[in-house]
Amino acid sequence: MCYMAECIECGASVSLHDDVEAGEIIDCGTCGSELEVLETDPVALDTAPELEEDWGE
Amino acid sequence: MNIGVLYSRIRRDEKLLLNELRERGHEVTKLDVRKLRFDLSEPPAALSACDLVVDRCLATSRSVYATRFIDSYGVPVVNTPETAAVCADKAENSLALAGAGVPTPRTEVAFTKETALEIIESFGYPCVLKPVVGSWGRLMAKIDSKSAAEAILEHKATLGHYEHKVFYVQEFVEKPDRDIRVVAVDGEPIAAMVRSSEHWLTNAAKGAHTSEFELDGTARDLVARASDAVGGGLLGIDLMETGSGSYTVHEVNHTVEFKALDEATSIDVPARVVDWLEAVATQEVVA
Repeated sequence: MCYMAECIECGASVSLHDDVEAGEIIDCGTCGSELEVLETDPVALDTAPELEEDWGE
Repeated sequence: MNIGVLYSRIRRDEKLLLNELRERGHEVTKLDVRKLRFDLSEPPAALSACDLVVDRCLATSRSVYATRFIDSYGVPVVNTPETAAVCADKAENSLALAGAGVPTPRTEVAFTKETALEIIESFGYPCVLKPVVGSWGRLMAKIDSKSAAEAILEHKATLGHYEHKVFYVQEFVEKPDRDIRVVAVDGEPIAAMVRSSEHWLTNAAKGAHTSEFELDGTARDLVARASDAVGGGLLGIDLMETGSGSYTVHEVNHTVEFKALDEATSIDVPARVVDWLEAVATQEVVA
């Protein structure tokens, strides 16, 4: 089972696995945008944050 | 138990952790650090149910401050803010390792490009210039000549954030095209891998090839001592081989990524991490 959502950049359909988590980053298979999953029920997407200098481990 | 997972991005590492926690029947409180407000005395309501919070912040600055606040509320948090503060900064990290007698590459810090150039010239070429805060091999410079050093220092001094004017110069260690990543809990290794690349940077994030590595007694001892030096916890400890069975510890990471290690080894890394989280949470509940 998977959820379907709409890419907020290009409008294409994006499929999400049923165990998708809020906070996950997914790629739009059509335009390549990185999208952040804001909510899972219902699915809400936003553009993913840009890489920051202090990101890492 | 209720385990709070402090995050801003759910990477594969966090997903492995969340799945393992839930499969064991633990309640999980997801704490999006971007939405939390940290009062000086009153904790965010979301923390009230947590027996233990595990810091998985992607941004070092958030990790350092958020763990400090959470600890101040009396909510148990791993890693501790003390460990986070040491590991977040390469100068602090180097001081802690050297202070504990752990072999670590020769390092000097300076605050002007002129003095940094003096250090570089005295170290000889190649040597390495690193940002004091940063990860995944970004903004690391292997300096092969004086003209390259002058250019890089000028760029850092002119274009950089103030932290880039803290010039952290390190000797270049002639390692055998690989380094070693150990994930350990309170100094006890969970698993280790080598990260191999023809490039001088051997970070997994830079595409290095990874494979399982069996630690010998010397390496295990260094892992335990390096962990102690930074205050313990769930850590990613990086070692380089320096020949004749000896090692140098170049870095300890406090929000360690373990997905590459989980894939490279036969050990169930997230399961071992959760074993440790359960043990820490149990101690905290009893205390």
